[in-house]
Amino acid sequence: MSEDNTPDAPAVQDPARRAFFGVSASAAAAAAGFVALAPGVRLMELAHAQSAYPAAGKFASSKIRWGMLIDTTKCATGCSACVSACNTENAIEPGSGRPAQSSQWIRKIELTEQADGHRELSLPMMCQHCANPPCVDVCPTGASFKRADGIVLVDRHICIGCRYCMMACPYQARSFVDEPLHDQNPEVPRGQGCVEACTLCVQRIDRGLGPACVEACTQAGHGAMLFGDLNDPKSEIATRIATTASSQVRADLRLDPGVRYQGI
Amino acid sequence: MAATNIVYREIANKRATWALLALCGLFIVAGAGAHLTMEHYGHVITGMDNRIVWGLPHVFAVFLIVAASGALNVASTASVFGKSIYKPLAPLSALLALALLAGGLTVLMLDLGRPDRIIVAATTYNFKSVFAWNVFLYTGFFTIVGAYLWMMMERRMNAYAKHLGAAAFIWRLVLTTGTGSIFGFLVARQAYQSAVLAPTFIAFSLSYGTAIYLLVLAGACAIDDRPLGDAIVRRLKNLLATFVAASLYLVAVLHLTNLYFTRNHGIENFILMDGGIFTGLFWIGQVGIGSVLPLVLLLAPAKANLVRNRVLTASAAVVIGGFCQMYVTIIGGQAWPLNLFPGYKVSSSFFDGEVHNYAPSIWEIMLGLGGVALAIAIVFLALRLLRFLPERLDDATLDPSHAHAD
Amino acid sequence: MLRRLLRWFTPVLAAVGVLAALPTLAAADVPKPDIIIAHPGSKCIAPPDVMRRTHMTMLLHQREKTLRLGERGAKVSLEGCIECHANKTNNSVLGSNQNFCQTCHAYVAVKVDCFDCHQPKTGMVKTTGIKP
Repeated sequence: MSEDNTPDAPAVQDPARRAFFGVSASAAAAAAGFVALAPGVRLMELAHAQSAYPAAGKFASSKIRWGMLIDTTKCATGCSACVSACNTENAIEPGSGRPAQSSQWIRKIELTEQADGHRELSLPMMCQHCANPPCVDVCPTGASFKRADGIVLVDRHICIGCRYCMMACPYQARSFVDEPLHDQNPEVPRGQGCVEACTLCVQRIDRGLGPACVEACTQAGHGAMLFGDLNDPKSEIATRIATTASSQVRADLRLDPGVRYQGI
Repeated sequence: MAATNIVYREIANKRATWALLALCGLFIVAGAGAHLTMEHYGHVITGMDNRIVWGLPHVFAVFLIVAASGALNVASTASVFGKSIYKPLAPLSALLALALLAGGLTVLMLDLGRPDRIIVAATTYNFKSVFAWNVFLYTGFFTIVGAYLWMMMERRMNAYAKHLGAAAFIWRLVLTTGTGSIFGFLVARQAYQSAVLAPTFIAFSLSYGTAIYLLVLAGACAIDDRPLGDAIVRRLKNLLATFVAASLYLVAVLHLTNLYFTRNHGIENFILMDGGIFTGLFWIGQVGIGSVLPLVLLLAPAKANLVRNRVLTASAAVVIGGFCQMYVTIIGGQAWPLNLFPGYKVSSSFFDGEVHNYAPSIWEIMLGLGGVALAIAIVFLALRLLRFLPERLDDATLDPSHAHAD
Repeated sequence: MLRRLLRWFTPVLAAVGVLAALPTLAAADVPKPDIIIAHPGSKCIAPPDVMRRTHMTMLLHQREKTLRLGERGAKVSLEGCIECHANKTNNSVLGSNQNFCQTCHAYVAVKVDCFDCHQPKTGMVKTTGIKP
């Protein structure tokens, strides 16, 4: 758990948020120390130490656009640290049905170039948090929505489970919960009959942490995933996108995804 | 005009009527049971999954909804195009349209992940969603066709029936455009992203609706021993042939336009050449049984006493072909993988780059058949209770001046 | 036309009415809620009679703010309810008629939808990310 994973503080826009980032970073550091001192401590305590939500009355800001940059040259074939971290964080377990019925918020795709058959690539694929999300367009009730800071979420309170968004998503990024669940993370409500997808770990972002997958990738030593504010020209992610070539998956659809890839 | 003297009567209190209704009731109960089971255990017990997200219930539902709009053909021909021979047949046409839509929507609704929350679909709208438009289109259809039916059946209101008929005619064209657009607007999916899909769905609706109408009309007459003249069957025969030919033509256009774009050769090759069950259903079901066979039956010269059997056989073939078409369109379109990385061979734990298999479960079949049974039950219960159908449908009663013309 | 319809549907409507009334008649036998909570105290965000009448509206409004607008740490919070009101024996607000949410909702026959998705127990693993 290092400071590298803390998203670039959107200092210019929101001083209050900046202050809260500072608090959470030290809280996280304290928590990490606590774990080292007492390995038997329950995760519950760790969570409490971390939970530094901002005070009530603070809302997601439209000045921010959270995004991710994935360097496929650093992503290791066969490594699935991001997938396991996502599953742990969001309490996603394989269902009792067929493999295609289990939820997958993030998956590893292995690619082989057809022309030469040699060049092999590996990359994580998840909800691309589009600026123009087709899932939001097609949702009949407005349950699929985009938060001010660009995170695309499902409002399970009004999702009726029609799965039209799954038909519309070009990335096959959404899953349908098709049986009753019991062991949810209290901060990640999930349940039968609704569609779900990667939330960019919104519960972590709101307390100043980055997504679990990014943290895991860094800790596994690959550092293939970078999280940050695309709107902040001084953030590492914006700088890297400005200086090195990156691409959008299915750019032809002009959805302006928040997740970008390097090395494809 | 003969039409003014026609006596309408409910079908008689016969054992056959109640036997049919009891049979439908059995299927409805089975469908309801399937729904409750699916809601209790979740969709995990069905053949649907995260790749084939719409399965057999949607095949049934979309088929019924599309056919509902087409079932209004006879009423439209009577009121909009002023063909008085169809006028006595118009109430059944409107009734059938409502019943089919009710059956289809029931299946669609009961397959939702949260059917208990269906009210949300009426309280919160996303006006950009084609689905939300359809919610309006369906409720509007019920209202307009309901009012139309009332004006046809209430003598005082007869004068207004024509206007309502025109409104219903326009509305149902828009409705089917909406149903087709549910698929046509899915830009991410190669099988659907086509503007031709909406007019194709209109053509499908015209032929499926007319075919079902013919079957129901013949069924109602048979169950109640009412005479049904050949003239009306002949006229509907020509109508059906036109619609089947139009559907076939648009299907050809759809596939040929797709084939023009090299990037779509994969999906087209899948549906047309080596898609296994989907290719079989397309060529044998949709094209063979659903289009060519009916066209031959309807257009080949036949002895007068054979016409009726041919028309009914053709109608049944159109219905079978229609189911095959929906299966190929809905499930075949999803079985083909999304192409995220052109030029790469891909694999993942989520079945990227693979053709996906779908095997419907017994629950989905029961739910779908329950919807069909519901539609049939509504029609025959209404026919039993109210005066929808003329007492006599022979040539002399319907249109004496054209009794021997084709 | 209308009269004919009525003639057929009156008995049907009557039957439906009787069936619908049955649960109401039976409700007289349901015992009053008897709640045992793990951490009783006076920390609730509003007096009991206010909470009883308006908790659903409070939660409804806050869920919009939290989920759609990203407000965190608000006074109204389902997690907050669970934290205080969970039962001692199973750390949950559900499970039996001695559990806070379940007992009242059973008494007034209102389906409680929250816990189809929300975790009804306290002490569950929260933000974990990678395992330390």
